[in-house]
Amino acid sequence: MKNTKTPDILKELTNISAVSGYEELLARRLKEIFMEFCEEAWIDKFNNVVGKMTFPADEHRYIDGRNMKVLVMAHMDEIGLMVKSIDEKGFIRITSVGGIDSKILPAHEVIVHGKRDIPGIIGAKPPHLLKPEEANKSIKIEDLAVDTGMSAEDLKKVVSIGDLITLDCEFTELKNGKYSAKTIDNRSGVTALIEAMKELTGIKHGADVYFVASTQEETYLTGAIISSYVIEPDVAIIIDACHGNMPDTPKEETFTLGKGTAIGIGPVLDRKLSQTVINVAKDENIPYQIDVEPSDTGTEAWATQVSRAGIPTVLLSIPVRYMHTAVETVQIDDIKNTGRLAARFIARLTRHMEVI
Amino acid sequence: MFLLKNLTQIDGVSGNEEKVREYIKKEIEAVVDEIKVDKVGNLIAYKKGTGSKFKLLLSAHMDEVGFIVTGYSEDGMVKFRPVGGIDQRVLPGKRVLIGDKGVKGVIGCKPIHLQEKDERDKTIKIKSMYIDIGCDKRDEAEKLAGLGEYIAFDSKYTELGPDCVKAKALDDRAGCAIIMELLKNRYEFDLYASFTVQEEIGLRGSEVVGYQINPDVAFVIEGTTCSDVPGAKEHEYSTELGKGPVITVMDRTAYADKELVNFIYDTARKHKIDVQFKKTATGGNDAGKIQRSRCGVKVASISVPCRYIHSPSSVMSMKDYEGCKRLMEAVLTELESNNDYSLKILNGGNCNV
Amino acid sequence: MFETIKKLAGSFGVSGSEEQIREVIKNEIEGKVDEIKVDALGNLIAVKKGSGKKIMVAAHMDEIGVMATYIDEKGFIRFSNIGWVWQYFALGQRVMFKNGTVGAVFFEQKLKEIKNLKLSNMYIDIGAKSREEAEKKVKIGDTACFAGDTVMEGTMVISKALDDRSGCAVMVKTIQDMPDTDNEIYFVFTVQEELGLRGAKTSAFGIMPDIAIALDVTDTGDTPECELMEVKCGGGPAIKIKDRSFIAHPEVRRLMEESAKKIGIPYQFEIMEQGGTDAGAIHVTGGGVPSGAISIPCRYVHSPVETADITDIENCVKLLRQCLKDA
Repeated sequence: MKNTKTPDILKELTNISAVSGYEELLARRLKEIFMEFCEEAWIDKFNNVVGKMTFPADEHRYIDGRNMKVLVMAHMDEIGLMVKSIDEKGFIRITSVGGIDSKILPAHEVIVHGKRDIPGIIGAKPPHLLKPEEANKSIKIEDLAVDTGMSAEDLKKVVSIGDLITLDCEFTELKNGKYSAKTIDNRSGVTALIEAMKELTGIKHGADVYFVASTQEETYLTGAIISSYVIEPDVAIIIDACHGNMPDTPKEETFTLGKGTAIGIGPVLDRKLSQTVINVAKDENIPYQIDVEPSDTGTEAWATQVSRAGIPTVLLSIPVRYMHTAVETVQIDDIKNTGRLAARFIARLTRHMEVI
Repeated sequence: MFLLKNLTQIDGVSGNEEKVREYIKKEIEAVVDEIKVDKVGNLIAYKKGTGSKFKLLLSAHMDEVGFIVTGYSEDGMVKFRPVGGIDQRVLPGKRVLIGDKGVKGVIGCKPIHLQEKDERDKTIKIKSMYIDIGCDKRDEAEKLAGLGEYIAFDSKYTELGPDCVKAKALDDRAGCAIIMELLKNRYEFDLYASFTVQEEIGLRGSEVVGYQINPDVAFVIEGTTCSDVPGAKEHEYSTELGKGPVITVMDRTAYADKELVNFIYDTARKHKIDVQFKKTATGGNDAGKIQRSRCGVKVASISVPCRYIHSPSSVMSMKDYEGCKRLMEAVLTELESNNDYSLKILNGGNCNV
Repeated sequence: MFETIKKLAGSFGVSGSEEQIREVIKNEIEGKVDEIKVDALGNLIAVKKGSGKKIMVAAHMDEIGVMATYIDEKGFIRFSNIGWVWQYFALGQRVMFKNGTVGAVFFEQKLKEIKNLKLSNMYIDIGAKSREEAEKKVKIGDTACFAGDTVMEGTMVISKALDDRSGCAVMVKTIQDMPDTDNEIYFVFTVQEELGLRGAKTSAFGIMPDIAIALDVTDTGDTPECELMEVKCGGGPAIKIKDRSFIAHPEVRRLMEESAKKIGIPYQFEIMEQGGTDAGAIHVTGGGVPSGAISIPCRYVHSPVETADITDIENCVKLLRQCLKDA
């Protein structure tokens, strides 16, 4: 990983399925990657992967007779679908895991992860047969079914209720450093985490840094709640995706791809620390944008802010277009710069929540 | 009523409670044993008890609903989003103050002469509203009202009629003021007071208070909905102005401890203080988070009725305010002297985790 | 089993007022466990001590109901819901207050379209002629449950509050015939689940278990023109895969499936589209608690005619006992 280019890291990560609650495969791979940079790495009971990087403490990072602890977290899970039942004709009826927009599903290619991976298609009624009222309404997930071309009898030997289904999509390179794939939310964040690890290697920083690739963010923030409780950091940095600029959305609610990390400010995020991150970005010429969050940020910051007695939290978001579809699109420099910003912030942070 | 006046005049939108916190800290420092600000921004005060009884917590939130600057138009108008729950119908044509410097602004509104027929009947959405601070260009506005700066209602504390007051943020500066008064006394039990932050955006401050203090019993003093106004049916009033402090049995966030509620009610009867029960089960407050902290806490909410809550002009009756204060004084005194009930509270839950 | 279910389901215990059902359960399990305590919120915790894993088993004591919020001059009572109450299930039902007062639930006749029916245009009639007369029996803040006798037709039990007195019954029966194991088991009869899994949250914090199993009811997909769902009455205990509050930990699911196979009982898998259980609150306690749920298939949930197959309930006891041994 040390010499792997960012797009290739992103490609490998987006190709491993990790639906919320079932992240085992990706967790194992991430532990291997974390071990290249961290002294210790482990996987907890809920598949959160933790990598610990330490440096000898100095007076700037000593709190209550111990090293300052910094948590950097990015969720590794993705939204997906699940087998709800198999009917007599062999069609698979489905339910969602996390917030899937059913509008994107008709005619989508999928992979059913049974005892082996089986390709399938989410069927849609041909346009010729649609009634006029039907054509204008979006289809509900209850009315969709996956067609694998197999009979019910054969299918039931390989697929059971509760098996996962993911959207099938190829990692695509677009122009100008943009890439499109599924689960860029939040494999781009995990990639940024790895970039931060790379950057922090060999820098004297003095804090105990805990890198966490967390689970079940798309459902119940489970990973964030339990890992912040266990680690008890002094500061938390959350890396997630935010909405990238798209033609049919208001400017105030989106961020331009390529213009840099969106740094969050608002009640949920620590005011002083967020300003400090902005100062570091300015200082080190790292491009950034400002993301005003009036309340719930829709990220793990909601969990870390009030963990135990509270953890001062900052939020770094990577602009991603078409979120929660299989064609999520990102600008690769935004990922690299987010990793760099996180690393520079951690390297310079002192226990007084200032930077040197 | 200088305390209440001073408190409501300070701007403290959720996430920006610093000035309120500074004021309260200055006022109570001399009468408490310990005082600190926690990692989320709550102000926590402690007064050791003269005996060794239980830990009692009084809580009120410092924050008020308001807005935050999210962008600009090219011709110098400020775009904003609400912080906390606000009925967008109360906004058009109101005055606001932006940022720590209190830059004056007005929420613009299309004059009726220029509105289309169907526009007149529709509510304007916040997304299409803007604040005019007098600038003509975007960068001028950016300098005066930075991204992420907080915006509060501009509304003066005024006496209304013989007994009422009008102000912004009576929810929950009224609660803060009452607790500040109660802190002047020392009791047999250990007394904690938490002035919490960010209640209006999801009870954020109180979520960490119970964890830190681990009280045996807690009272949340709030400002609550009072809709005894034209257009509301009697069973929808929730509470009525002038009928005394409100005891809540259940709202969306907490089902109050029944014995505690009965204790409060009996105390009110004994001391001849008028009280009313909240007649709807909607709304919520910090009590819910405190109740569910650690191994659980016995909680109850006592509130002062406020008409037009979450608007720049809420109205409260001073009789209800004084009644609430007297009721809390009576409850604390009775708790001190009632040994049976004190023991019950202490044995209620052992949280050694 | 039927007698136990009847005793528990027939008790009063609307969320926030679980005193009566708590006493009834306490009497059923006294002497059969090492320790019984009641915590600050009212959860009943029964401990069987041991040196092995710490297991928390939870079923909620509370049931949905209504709370009196206003009494008019003629003695009619306006109310609010406690827990999720569908107005169409409440219409035309009898409710019973804790002191035994019975009331009829009806709606404002002037309401032209029944599709606009809301709890706020309904009221309870307790036969009082005036406010004063009504106040002698019911005060603002008093709560009432829906009335619904517990009866059996064939193997099917029809009753109010099978959610979750049937789960409590499974726990009671397990305690009365305690499985032989070194594991330390905390049987928690929780409060206020219907208000948002509240009792489970605080009781779990006090225990910090290694593993947790929730016992609750789940919907079925075996009634006329019903929504698609694989669970059927009579198909055995349902092993939960996920619901709206949590995703069952794969290891706990595996434990349940293997235990079911070991003892040779029928079982099924469950995905619940709406609703959650106590496990939702327990699994995010502390550093995380791997959790699962054994569900009792139940038709017409949150109505006074909840219907479940007693053989499923009996098999839940067998499954729970085996899981507690094998964990």
